[in-house]
Amino acid sequence: MQGRGSELPESAGKRGPDRAGHFGPFGGRYVAETLMTALTDLEKAYREAVGDRRFRERLDVMLREYAGRPTPLYFAQRLTAKGKGANIFLKREDLAFTGSHKINNTLGQGLLAARLGKRRMIAETGAGQHGVATATVCAMMGISCAVYMGEEDIRRQEMNVFRMRLLGAEVLPVLSGSRTLKDAMNEALRDWVTNVRTTHYLIGSTAGPHPYPMMVRDFQSVIGKECIRQYRKIGRGLPSAVVACVGGGSNAMGIFTPFLGKNHVRLVGVEAGGLGLATGNHGAPLCRGRPGVLHGSKSFVLQDGDGQIREAHSISAGLDYPGVGPEHAFLKATGRATYVAVTDQEALQGFDLLARTEGILPALESSHAVAYGFRLARKMRKSESVIINLSGRGDKDIAIVADARGADRVPH
Amino acid sequence: MSRIEETFTRLGNTGEKGLVVYLTAGDPNPRDFLSYLHGAADGGADVLEVGIPFSDPMADGPTIQAACRRSLAGGMTTERALSLVSSFRKIHDTPVVMFGYYNPFLQYGVRDFCRDARSAGADGVLVVDLPPEEAGEMAPEASRSGLDWIALVSPTSDGERIRRATSIGSGFLYLISVTGITGVRKSLPPRLLGWTREVKAQTRLPVAVGFGISHPAMACAATSHADAAVVGSACVKIVERHGAARKGPDALRRFVRSLKKAMR
Repeated sequence: MQGRGSELPESAGKRGPDRAGHFGPFGGRYVAETLMTALTDLEKAYREAVGDRRFRERLDVMLREYAGRPTPLYFAQRLTAKGKGANIFLKREDLAFTGSHKINNTLGQGLLAARLGKRRMIAETGAGQHGVATATVCAMMGISCAVYMGEEDIRRQEMNVFRMRLLGAEVLPVLSGSRTLKDAMNEALRDWVTNVRTTHYLIGSTAGPHPYPMMVRDFQSVIGKECIRQYRKIGRGLPSAVVACVGGGSNAMGIFTPFLGKNHVRLVGVEAGGLGLATGNHGAPLCRGRPGVLHGSKSFVLQDGDGQIREAHSISAGLDYPGVGPEHAFLKATGRATYVAVTDQEALQGFDLLARTEGILPALESSHAVAYGFRLARKMRKSESVIINLSGRGDKDIAIVADARGADRVPH
Repeated sequence: MSRIEETFTRLGNTGEKGLVVYLTAGDPNPRDFLSYLHGAADGGADVLEVGIPFSDPMADGPTIQAACRRSLAGGMTTERALSLVSSFRKIHDTPVVMFGYYNPFLQYGVRDFCRDARSAGADGVLVVDLPPEEAGEMAPEASRSGLDWIALVSPTSDGERIRRATSIGSGFLYLISVTGITGVRKSLPPRLLGWTREVKAQTRLPVAVGFGISHPAMACAATSHADAAVVGSACVKIVERHGAARKGPDALRRFVRSLKKAMR
């Protein structure tokens, strides 16, 4: 316990949403009747677990000894020098076990599923990071695991597919719709509604019906809590801004949440601008969507005038999603966080920038945050600081980066 | 008394079991859809569910997913679906339930939708992803417009949830036969009959059993303790097989008639 409170405080889940899972007008449980009892049971089990000191201690031990937490808060000296503005810090979630922040949530939900006596786990995955983190925890706990993944994502994230299979998970290709994350989530929901009595659905983002947005946020809040502690330790108060990429929104909620009450810290979520917001080919529901209902909650959604969900586009599979977690919609509506978009091209530049200045290959998802965070830091004073959440590592994306610039051409 | 209530009262008086037929609006195309809908009514369907297609029908199996794709590819919209119902209403007085996922209704405007659906001649509305917890957004508006709110219960609903569905619902109660998605199944779940009895004992509403019912013998067995059977995917498969072919609507009519006959 290292002489401090648990990473999952007893108050988790009490900061909102309301009992029915609403964040203002957003959130809720827009699901088929068959799932309602499972959601209610899950919420009850979660609240009990959070109140149980042994559960919290067990999770702390796993986060420390299995996932390798805390992850460092790294001062990016050369990137800061290049920007000539604010100090840039990187929260190194890429160094968490399995290569991204996703492990924080899969460990939490894994322990919860064990409490519920579920023997089978299903998950959806886009980039494969959540799928790998789920497969990992299932292998470690001896639970059978099936991961739904769009065929398009299977193609572009081949390495993670292989990793999941090595870990004993079944990767189920999804052939419907755009064959990406949205469709994987549809298929996982169909599986869950069929096997709800034996199966836990391990949603990887702060999306989906209540209690998932709350629960995933709480499990990911360890990111922001560590940041505050680590930042204080180096003799500073609080950063001026915190920047994170937003697909469904789990790494962003994770780092934002502990800062929400600290009103002078700017919170910026970076969505996938794809080929450009004006082209319509993007994954930026907060910037360009309208309120709607998708996958069990009300939030901003990319859709046509008739309420049909539009396909998203992003070079990064993890941001290629037409919806977003409901609490982000709420933070946008209240103005507590702002949301911007970064295009595929800008994200690739962010990737190169971090590789060349700091020797770190970021995930393409995180590259969006790097690109915007760097741009923001340049406009800020040298006395200020920006924390960028480096949510994952980029090994999985090397083939895409190579493809994007022509395989044989190394950037100069 | 609503047209749906009248239908179930009439069925109750004669001891006859009801048949609810589902089709996706605009499948295979707007004009032929109307012929299929007439075919179902001519075959003796007691209630028709007209599905508003949705891009992400997460409670539906492959058959209705494909129907949604065909319908959307043909340019179907909520507005056009209502105008198809309106055309149907000029010829038949079989009750119609508008069936769908919440987002298209939400984008149309809940109040506007309920008003327009009623004036198109629809009698009820069923929204798959609005459980009682969220139904406050639409159910009162439906009632105000004179539409029955068709609530659902599933094998995972306990007594409390059955009571809640009953108190919020009207017309009939839709009993989902299995934990799962829509789609034809070979047999009824073994515990269905006992469970149907339990639900019947706890609700004042007529009970229609749906999900998986694919042939006359199943429809007959499913209604041994229920008031009606819902047949969706099996009918949609006929539309899928025949498409715009001329004999399609008649094939559906004959299938519906065989279902009705088995339930006598």
